[in-house]
Amino acid sequence: MSNDANPDRALYLEMLRKMLLIRRFDETAVELVERGEIVGIVHTYIGEEAVAVGACAALNDDDYITGNHRSHGHPIAKGGDVDRAMAELFGKATGYCKGKGGSMHLADFSIGILGESGILGSALPVAVGAALASKLRKETKVVIPFFGDGASNEGACHETMNLASVWKLPVVFVCENNQYAVTTSYQESVSVENISDRASAYNMPGVLVDGQDVVAMYEATRAAVERARKGEGPSLVEGRTYRYREHSEGINRILREPYRSEEEVQAWLERDPIKLHQEHLLEAGVANQAEIDEIAEGVETVIAGALQFARESPLPEPEDLFDDLFTNPIPIERS
Amino acid sequence: MTEKTFAVALNEAIKEEMRLDPSVFVMGESIRGGIYGITGGLHQEFGDDRVLDTPLSETGFMGAAVGAAAVGMRPIVGSLCAFMWVAMDQFVNQVAKMKYMFGGQATLPLVYRVGVMYGNNSAAHHTDRPHPIYMNIPGLKIVMPTTPADAKGLFKTALRDDDPVLFFEDNTLMGVRGDVPDEDFTIPYGVADVKREGSDVTILAVGGMVPRSLAAAERLEADGISAEVLDPRSLVPLDKQAILDSVAKTGRFVAVDSAHKTCSFASEACAIVAQEGFWSLQAPPQRVATLMVHPPFSPALEPLMYPDEERIIAAVKRTFE
Repeated sequence: MSNDANPDRALYLEMLRKMLLIRRFDETAVELVERGEIVGIVHTYIGEEAVAVGACAALNDDDYITGNHRSHGHPIAKGGDVDRAMAELFGKATGYCKGKGGSMHLADFSIGILGESGILGSALPVAVGAALASKLRKETKVVIPFFGDGASNEGACHETMNLASVWKLPVVFVCENNQYAVTTSYQESVSVENISDRASAYNMPGVLVDGQDVVAMYEATRAAVERARKGEGPSLVEGRTYRYREHSEGINRILREPYRSEEEVQAWLERDPIKLHQEHLLEAGVANQAEIDEIAEGVETVIAGALQFARESPLPEPEDLFDDLFTNPIPIERS
Repeated sequence: MTEKTFAVALNEAIKEEMRLDPSVFVMGESIRGGIYGITGGLHQEFGDDRVLDTPLSETGFMGAAVGAAAVGMRPIVGSLCAFMWVAMDQFVNQVAKMKYMFGGQATLPLVYRVGVMYGNNSAAHHTDRPHPIYMNIPGLKIVMPTTPADAKGLFKTALRDDDPVLFFEDNTLMGVRGDVPDEDFTIPYGVADVKREGSDVTILAVGGMVPRSLAAAERLEADGISAEVLDPRSLVPLDKQAILDSVAKTGRFVAVDSAHKTCSFASEACAIVAQEGFWSLQAPPQRVATLMVHPPFSPALEPLMYPDEERIIAAVKRTFE
């Protein structure tokens, strides 16, 4: 296949760029934590990039997403600003949340990123509410709530799947099954073989996808998004994936019990989503190595720029503590 | 002015606002049928898309209101205090925190109408007065009206506000009648109302405690004690100055609250008066609140736990000892 003959070429290259951007963003975050340059809890999305990138590639700019504590991948996949995301990790005034959200709670309402929730499953009702608004206003906006295998066991998940189905709301539930809720495997905690099997209980389509294959994620999500946009209701897409690093940075200092084998980790490292996508692009003749290298270099420039922006940005002022609680403020005691 | 019940005034407020603003919609459990006595007739006028009966999924639909508000709708959610517990994560982590935690990005114009049931032999699971618990959570505005006019005026303020509001509807007041202005009107938050003027003692009372305090004040008058009854109307924001001004005039303070006594609204009010109005006081401030047991079913027991005229009068008299 020649470059020009593939109508999805630009999209495929953009998906590679986004995955690399998330990977390098998170690798940078790890370095920052290890150097003590940033504080707080950081959960990396390394290994899972194809899920958010493939799913968000099926969305329009004015569609909505919500996410979770593993918060960096979803906003970057949706088109979020890397400078402001990085500044938020530094707790700077220029961060997405002016330093009030931090790593776990990125959001950009201006491009439909309705917030990442540190409480698992808690953003699912929010997502379904945005979909309800879309339907009531007779718009065609679609909502993707991203959630994990752990959150699939939350009551909020089951309530919102039922709600979205009975009201035929434009929701594509994207479960990123990275197979461990901290250290508890999904086989031990989920009553069905595949989380996508649960869709049948809510009378909606459910599909299990190779979450390391960004094109497969894109195509499965696109079909579900089209269905949602036509008013035919919600779907569930399970991307089977893997978290390379521990649940959060530094947690390996307190974990005492091995919960996954070296062989298992190695097997998944070999199915790295970025490596697989690059191989696919080369084999299919969609891109050559020089073009891939150029994308990677561009990502390095963006990350370097984001770091510089974050480091040079001002911290919030003490007075900012009292801002942002209300749209129409009321007196707050200051002592 | 036309005389109406509290319930009719609220029903009118909702209808009038729905006619004015197409982004307003109502949802809750069996609200088309008007189960809580307020939403009857809405469905006939506004139809399926603006009056939604929800599944029994409080976390789901109370949280969905947040998402709908975040993208520009103005939901009114109807429920009972009892069922809010089920959705507590949504109230604490989404409703209250979303705007602040995301650096002010979210605008959440939404009103939770919450029925406060007590004194009707429903036992512990259906009998809650939890307003102080929500007062402890930054990011929520909390309103508790006591007259039909206050209910209508404050409801319109809440619905036109761009912030989340918990609108507590004391079910003991639903049949209360009062004059309501015929024209469109609003009542601002944070303006306490003197329900009865007096000079010897300030009784600050919320919700259904206001009629009881007024009745107590009448009986105190016969004993030569002139009691002022002050209704805060909104708990967040709270009209602190009106409380302190009244105490400066009377020198005595009694807070009457339907909530459990520990960390109650009455506790907070007494703390404010003790800290900021101490030099006006001629006697220790008093709390009259619900006793620290769960509401029992038996009609022989339940009334014993709530503030009544006798306990209010006794507390007032303690300030004269």
